[in-house]
Amino acid sequence: MAIDTNVIFSRPKALSENITHYCPGCTHGVIHRLVAEVLDELGVRERTVGVAPVGCSVLAYNYFAVDFIEAAHGRAPATATGFKRIRPDMIVFTYQGDGDLASIGMGEIVHAANRGEKFTTIFVNNAIYGMTGGQMAPTTLPGQRTTTCPQGRDVSLAGYPIRMVELLSGLRTPAYLVRVSVHSPLHVVAAKKAIRRAFQLQVEGRCYSLVEVLSTCPTNWGVAPTTATKWLADNMLGYYPLGTYKDPDQEVR
Amino acid sequence: MTKKLMKGNEAIGEAAIAAGAINYFAYPITPQSEVAEYMTWRLPEVGGVFVQAESEVAVGNMLLGAACTGKRVFTTSSSPGISLMMEAMSYMAGDHLPVVIVNITRGGPGLGGILPAQSDYFQAAKAGGHGDYHAIVLAPSSVQEAVDLMILAFDLADNYRTPVIVIGDGMIGQMMESVEFPAKYREPVNPETKDWPLTGAKGRKARVIKSLFLDPKLLEKNSFDLAAKYKVIKEKEVRCELYKVSDKNRLLIAAYGTMARICQTAIDELEDEGISVGLFRPITLFPFPEKEIFRETAKANIRAVLTVEMSMGQMIEDIDRCIKGKKPLDFYGRTGGIVPTPNEVKDKVRQMLAAK
Amino acid sequence: MSKQLEVVMAGFGGQGVMTAGQLLAYAGMEEGKQVVWIPSYGPEMRGGTANCTVVISDVRIGSPIINNPLSACVFNRPSLDKFGAMLRPGGLLLINSSLIDVASGRTDITEILVPANDIAIKAGSPKVANMVMLAAYVAATEVVSFDTLNRMLELKMGKKKDLLAVNHRAFEEGRALTGKVFTMR
Repeated sequence: MAIDTNVIFSRPKALSENITHYCPGCTHGVIHRLVAEVLDELGVRERTVGVAPVGCSVLAYNYFAVDFIEAAHGRAPATATGFKRIRPDMIVFTYQGDGDLASIGMGEIVHAANRGEKFTTIFVNNAIYGMTGGQMAPTTLPGQRTTTCPQGRDVSLAGYPIRMVELLSGLRTPAYLVRVSVHSPLHVVAAKKAIRRAFQLQVEGRCYSLVEVLSTCPTNWGVAPTTATKWLADNMLGYYPLGTYKDPDQEVR
Repeated sequence: MTKKLMKGNEAIGEAAIAAGAINYFAYPITPQSEVAEYMTWRLPEVGGVFVQAESEVAVGNMLLGAACTGKRVFTTSSSPGISLMMEAMSYMAGDHLPVVIVNITRGGPGLGGILPAQSDYFQAAKAGGHGDYHAIVLAPSSVQEAVDLMILAFDLADNYRTPVIVIGDGMIGQMMESVEFPAKYREPVNPETKDWPLTGAKGRKARVIKSLFLDPKLLEKNSFDLAAKYKVIKEKEVRCELYKVSDKNRLLIAAYGTMARICQTAIDELEDEGISVGLFRPITLFPFPEKEIFRETAKANIRAVLTVEMSMGQMIEDIDRCIKGKKPLDFYGRTGGIVPTPNEVKDKVRQMLAAK
Repeated sequence: MSKQLEVVMAGFGGQGVMTAGQLLAYAGMEEGKQVVWIPSYGPEMRGGTANCTVVISDVRIGSPIINNPLSACVFNRPSLDKFGAMLRPGGLLLINSSLIDVASGRTDITEILVPANDIAIKAGSPKVANMVMLAAYVAATEVVSFDTLNRMLELKMGKKKDLLAVNHRAFEEGRALTGKVFTMR
């Protein structure tokens, strides 16, 4: 029986065959896939090293078919720096959540960006600590309820949520800093475009690149998996405006 | 080989290059900032990498990433900085990563002072970070020995895939002595000859370097693997030096690093007075020379053992467990940057012998 | 010569005591002796007194820390006050009499007055007071030869010919001040 088949969709080579542990409605899987597709498209899978964070994506190394280092909590940018400085020929990316990057790892991310380290960061912001069970994150929205701010984030005590790309944009060192979201197919397409540019700039050895991806956490937000993307759109987009904040080809704001 | 007069800190940097270690990450801290100042011009000459990090926390984690390349990597720091690296130290031990960490110690606790001390013995020899691990610990007592042990440290780190600490007090870093370096410097290690470095998953399965094992059986296995490694290290890598040890000795002094040299002077001067004392100097603080110290102190002519440290008494706990109560054990120590003088050591020895 | 000689070089920061000590250590090493050079270090490095200790020995050097040295070269009054009292009995003390108008008051040591700054100015630069003092010290102890000392000087300052000439003159002037007055025991 001869059937003409065209493969129109398949697992990217940079993704492993392992089933992810992520909750239903979580968008980590989508973001993993976008990164993997980009690594495939740029043809760099075989010379890529990922650096995994501590947080929900601590097991990211199980899902990518690339070499991986598991970093200490928040230290992925330092670990990536150590590797990339010795092997500038390789492609290095950190994959970090908001607790990892914007709280415990604030020092490392700021200094890595400021040194203009030539690696890429995928920063997944879902406004809450996922793995530890829904505590307040540095990106938790004003009034948003978590297990450590059950009455909602009190900005008079906890301060306002940190807008990381805006914060990093204040650094003089050239970089590619962009915020995207994956709550709709249209946004997923835009997110991939940004991730691709981030890695492309690294391949060219041009600058540090960070893509902040707004992501979901239905489990700890206390919403249904099916409505998580709506929650994101309704609550996060206002506080975290999407867009390119810094680009080596554009003038610094 | 020609002799050079070099400051310990600079000699340590040069020794790393001699060992083929040209990747250095550091944060300035007294009394060892000269290493970074030396490396900042010396490394470019040999095509090396130097990153001045934002903190010692970052240094430790840069080392972790750097070591994953399979190349020889190292840092130098001093006590408070080493405390900040203990996070990464624990991870690197769990990751089975070869790395060399130099601690030119100063007095503590806390910010302490900047003068020489040996108050970081527990942290170095007993694992300063969390978890079931050890680092090999080498304690030089001269600038030349610092050079020799630096080169050895990289070999041990590579052979056993483990962090190695070279610990010297501020005096080792600051003083100048004549040193010789190997005529032929080592070539940097080729990671392709090893089966674990991250070189890209080309034609092979992806490699992961990690210390996370959520399955307790796997975590226990990693600890078993580490323990097996430490067992071999304990069998093969013990190093110590005996000075004027003989059957005429009435007393044995145990001391390491700079303190051992001061005791050596005290022993020479006591000899002139007709008092025979031997010196036992551990060179490896881990693995500790357990059998060797037991053997020496168990000898019939040894009436008592004296441990002298630039601390309130840390190594003495190892001496104590090793001599197994066979001989009386006494202690003399000064700390905070105050170093016991040969006269103080001599007085203590006379006092101990008079008390018999 | 007996086993070991220790000398403290002490003065204000900028008087070149560290350099003088290092040059002596280089010369000792060159002559096949064991040497240690130890600086004072810490926040007091700027202002106040700077000092270094040089130990030269025929045998392996034990304690690098010398509480009561056998000899000292003091370049200013605070250094005389500090180290004059610390010398071992029978020791040797060189005092920079250009800047210090008193002596140690000790009767159990040998003192030599060296108008180091005055001689240095005569030699061509006030900056070489350290070399005048070093030369007087070497003349008094013969711990190393002037041949070696001169060679080490050239090795360290080879490219600066003018400076080298001034330093050589400082050596000659310092050397002429004293004969051998001190023997190591």
